[in-house]
Amino acid sequence: MTGFMNDLPAVSRAASVEADNAAARSLPKCPTGIGGLDEITFGGLPRGRPTLVCGSAGCGKTLLAMEFLVRGVTEFGEPGVYVTFEETEEELAQNVRSLGFDVDVLVQQGRLAFDYVHIDRREIEETGEYDLEGLFVRLAVAVESVGAKRVVLDTIEALFGGFSNMALLRSELRRLFRWLKDRNLTVVITGERGDGTLTRQGLEEYVSDCVILLDHRVDEQISTRRLRVVKYRGTSHGTNEYPFLIDARGISVLPITSLGLDHHVSNERVGTGIARLDVMLGGGGFYRGSSILVSGTAGSGKSTLAAHFAEATCRRGERCLYLAFEESRDQIVRNMRSVGIDLRRCLDDGHLRIEASRPSLYGVELHLAQIQRLVAQSAPSAVVIDPISNLANTLDASAMLLRLMDFLKTSGITAIFTNLTAGGAALEATDVGVSSLIDTWIVLRDIEAGGERNRGLYVIKSRGMQHSNQIREFVITPQGVQLLDVYAGPEGVLTGSLRASQEARERVAAFAREQEQQRRQRELESRRAVLDAQIHALQQEARTLDEEMGAQARQYALATDTMEQDRKAAAQRRGGKETT
Amino acid sequence: MSIERTGNQSAPAADDPSAEQAEEQWELRLYTAGQTPKSILAFNNLKRICEEHMPGRYQIEVVDLMRNPRLAKEDQIVAIPTLVRKLPQPLRKIIGDLSDTERTLVGLQLRSRGK
Repeated sequence: MTGFMNDLPAVSRAASVEADNAAARSLPKCPTGIGGLDEITFGGLPRGRPTLVCGSAGCGKTLLAMEFLVRGVTEFGEPGVYVTFEETEEELAQNVRSLGFDVDVLVQQGRLAFDYVHIDRREIEETGEYDLEGLFVRLAVAVESVGAKRVVLDTIEALFGGFSNMALLRSELRRLFRWLKDRNLTVVITGERGDGTLTRQGLEEYVSDCVILLDHRVDEQISTRRLRVVKYRGTSHGTNEYPFLIDARGISVLPITSLGLDHHVSNERVGTGIARLDVMLGGGGFYRGSSILVSGTAGSGKSTLAAHFAEATCRRGERCLYLAFEESRDQIVRNMRSVGIDLRRCLDDGHLRIEASRPSLYGVELHLAQIQRLVAQSAPSAVVIDPISNLANTLDASAMLLRLMDFLKTSGITAIFTNLTAGGAALEATDVGVSSLIDTWIVLRDIEAGGERNRGLYVIKSRGMQHSNQIREFVITPQGVQLLDVYAGPEGVLTGSLRASQEARERVAAFAREQEQQRRQRELESRRAVLDAQIHALQQEARTLDEEMGAQARQYALATDTMEQDRKAAAQRRGGKETT
Repeated sequence: MSIERTGNQSAPAADDPSAEQAEEQWELRLYTAGQTPKSILAFNNLKRICEEHMPGRYQIEVVDLMRNPRLAKEDQIVAIPTLVRKLPQPLRKIIGDLSDTERTLVGLQLRSRGK
């Protein structure tokens, strides 16, 4: 009994140590609801602790903080308090309304509270000792009024502009963070980026749990926003710079590099829309979820090939997203109709979605984020990106394209990328340098001969299938693409009218050969007939001879008989005794 | 300490040196958060200054934010103690325990800066 009593606390102590270890391994986290950010941070911001969001002006700090609060209220049922030092409540509400956050409603529902702390040094005279108890009182009122779990301080650095007693400010800030932690509030503090430091006033020295850096860079006139988790104490986190975008639905971070190579692969085949090409790919077409690159020089029919696939996808009753970076939607529809591909019908029945935009409209990251968003919206089974070369021209695109391909692959989406190869460059050298990620690579090339250009198609590689090694002539007819055998003979590979004329020559030659053959046949037949006649005559002769031979034998036998009888008769006549 | 009014509505003395300001009524509000040594010091300093410079023409209202916390937001109070000059216009804010008399007078615009 005593032994049992002694054992009990030891067991529970072990259990609590275990629990502590588990807690240390995974810090309690507070999901932000911001697309992608929770993935990077593996669950959100540290719960009950402050997080510093810093960055230069206009990089999206306020928006991130606001979205953290609004999503906290709307998605996680956690009320919030927004303390603003720079903008009034009205300004703030107006700014975020354009992003689809109707904060007024949340305020009326008592789930969100604002406090605009106005500090203007010109209005303030310091006449001795003071503290910031007023701020604490306001915070306490706001937190209690809505039962807040989340607090934003945007940006608390304004205090440094309003008061001159730095020593006092620093000790008050320390007290403030202690105060917030004691109330188990998850806090986002924004800070302006300083020279060589994360924040101008060294706020990072107070906020040691989690620091997120936002960046807004402009390269070649194209701006891109990036987010990086600089530190996150006590937990692992994605350390890369992740592009993010701000659009009509708030922030979305693109955590594509966090993806691994463990995506599910499909054995299902999807038709290319060109029967002969399916045959070239071992029969059946592309693997579902694979990445296909169609490269070729200008005007070699890349888009047509892609449109065929898009149309075939829609005809199967699946959805297809067509991202055009060169032509407008109507232009694509018109051009494809001229070659017998009816995209209008696909658009009308809702299977096809064409999104056209200029590649230079925004940075590659933003494009990718946009694509990710479009994919999330329309959940297509196939995506056409026409072309990627234009995207690639804008910036250090290859890394981003790798992310995009990874993303599409992991989502199980069959993706066709067209790529314009610069004239003169080796066709195999995609300047984008993504070939290693490509599963099926189709090259369209111009074959110039006999004063005309013709298109040739061949499959450079196609992983996991027995593909044809033959060049096929790629002919665009008003009824769509057709693949023809090229003429490969002693005169080399011939296409187009050269192939046609060669074929005509061959037809003439074949006709002549046939005529000759028929003539010889007839000759032989007549000779055969002559022979037959001769055989007949000889047989006739033989039969005559046979008959003669028979007649003669009978005559001979008759004669012999007659002579015998004559001899016997003669003997009888002479006496006959001697002979009997 | 609740809201507490201290004042003297008696007419200004005829021999007041500043005849311009003589007509003005002073309405002052001191924000505190509990009865801390700093706020008591501030209140005493304020009363002394008022008696010296505007005897009989001032009214001090002490607002304890511990009792009326919502006023902190309404009146934009951050630092404690804060003295607000509501009248005469324009509104002025003076923070601290008012132990620096010179700066308090500048803040109340009873004395111009640098004098």
